[in-house]
Amino acid sequence: MKLSQEQIEHIAVLARLELAPEEKEKYGEQLSAILDYVEKLGNVDTAEIEPTSQVTGLINVMREDEVIDSGISKELVEDAPESQLGYFKIPKIFENK
Amino acid sequence: MLNNLTLLEAFVGLREKKFSSVELTKDCLKQIDSLEDKVKAFLIVDEDGALSQAKDADKMKNPSPLAGIPVAVKDVFCTKDLRSTGGSKVLENYRPHFNATAVEKLKEQGAVILGKTNCDEFAMGGSTENSGFFPTHNPWDLERVPGGSSGGSAAAVATDMAIYSLGTDTGGSIRQPASFCGISGLKVSYGRVSRYGVMAMTSSLDTIGPLAKSVEDIAVILPFLAGKDVKDSTTPDISVDDYSAEINKGIKGLRIGLPKEYFIEGMDEGVRDVVLNAAKKLEEMGAEIADISLPHSDLAIAAYYIIVPSEVSSNMARYDGMRYGFSDREGRDLLGIYLNSRAKGLGKEVKRRVMIGTYALSAGYYDAYYKKAMQVRTLVKKDFEDAFKDVDVILTPVAPTTAFKIGENINDPLKMYLEDVFTTPASLAGICGLSVPAGFANNLPVGIQLLGKRFDEKTILRVGHQYQLNTDWHKKKPDLNNN
Repeated sequence: MKLSQEQIEHIAVLARLELAPEEKEKYGEQLSAILDYVEKLGNVDTAEIEPTSQVTGLINVMREDEVIDSGISKELVEDAPESQLGYFKIPKIFENK
Repeated sequence: MLNNLTLLEAFVGLREKKFSSVELTKDCLKQIDSLEDKVKAFLIVDEDGALSQAKDADKMKNPSPLAGIPVAVKDVFCTKDLRSTGGSKVLENYRPHFNATAVEKLKEQGAVILGKTNCDEFAMGGSTENSGFFPTHNPWDLERVPGGSSGGSAAAVATDMAIYSLGTDTGGSIRQPASFCGISGLKVSYGRVSRYGVMAMTSSLDTIGPLAKSVEDIAVILPFLAGKDVKDSTTPDISVDDYSAEINKGIKGLRIGLPKEYFIEGMDEGVRDVVLNAAKKLEEMGAEIADISLPHSDLAIAAYYIIVPSEVSSNMARYDGMRYGFSDREGRDLLGIYLNSRAKGLGKEVKRRVMIGTYALSAGYYDAYYKKAMQVRTLVKKDFEDAFKDVDVILTPVAPTTAFKIGENINDPLKMYLEDVFTTPASLAGICGLSVPAGFANNLPVGIQLLGKRFDEKTILRVGHQYQLNTDWHKKKPDLNNN
């Protein structure tokens, strides 16, 4: 399965990765080789097989809904590149119309 | 030199006041000082912190077996106020405000944390070459890799810089470097040890475990790490065994399976001989060796390299330059910060996996890749369930080769992935696996892999320990003056 340059660019946009031209070329080849290898999964009949997403057997692990103070919330927010009044500060997400 | 001691020997010496933890810690630091230029096992050495913890440990009354014992911790574990990079430039200056549960538990016992060991970036790799900082060198041949991703943790123990270390194993990252460096390493059953505070790679597969100079030492360490943690909801409330007692039982009558799919074309002859000789030895010791089949083994690695990148692409989304870690604020808009921070902060292998995972999970491909891989995971898991109806333990090679040269596989990611062919099936099944030194091939150490049922660490530790009572492979040490 050969990935086109357009496909590589599209995946990079979805993944929020900016790739240099030589990276695009290299990843194009390498990803194609890896996808070729995993193609063999397609030959297995799994029509009746349930998928396994995790192996713990645990379902809906619940606990009391109570506040436990970590004691470090101030420090965590202050680690951010920008913060203000105990909040993370990021560039605006919505444009004014 | 006290740093040459095993954990149990060091514990006895401390208890009998033959030496202090400060003396033991100083010897470890001295060893780091003299060999680190060659081996490059550590990203951070915390000399002051270690000596102060050692002083505290020397004052403890009724010290536990871990009190005052120097340990090296893989850098994917968060350590309070001690830089924790995950081997990534993205977290080059990150100082966590909390300890991972595993680290906290060791600290409660009075452990001495020497520093943080090198690893492939966020544990993605099998050679430690994907570290964002520098590669680690195999102490048996400095031109070769120590394995990975817990390569620094393995090299530090193999060179007696640390008495034991902590690593993580998602698809072989404890077992393979333990094999390449000639030490013992345990991948626990998924959920046996809390993952809280350990940087996530593949959340449905990541496990935490010790690397040590003997299986007996691992049996001492494990109870202090294992058990339910409210901060990790994937840790079931299953009792923790008395491993140190269990390992003393003999192995007469125990059934050990040799799966034919693990003795494939293309594997190193020397490695094969080591595993078959180990089987012979175990038979002499009274175990029954049985030929078994795990028919979906050759599909496991393909499924693994869909599931892993898929979860990686999701887990790496947190490194966005907004809340912590490296942030490139040149381009002022949101997208610009994401793109620049991730482009400059993340390394090649991380980006490669994010790309594969993003593709596998993208619209139109989910059923063909991710869902298919999860179904094959069911088949791999069932193979083991069926096999364990017949045998108690499964014996296999850890890796198809001995340690390869630094740079040898770096431009061929698929070849690098195939190195994990014998370790990933157990990871998909969530069972436990132990790597035990069993000989040499090409003048390099070779480990055997002992696989056990979920939460049956006691049986593989027992086989490993009994094997070490009858062999000396785990006592062999690299001679760094000759290479």
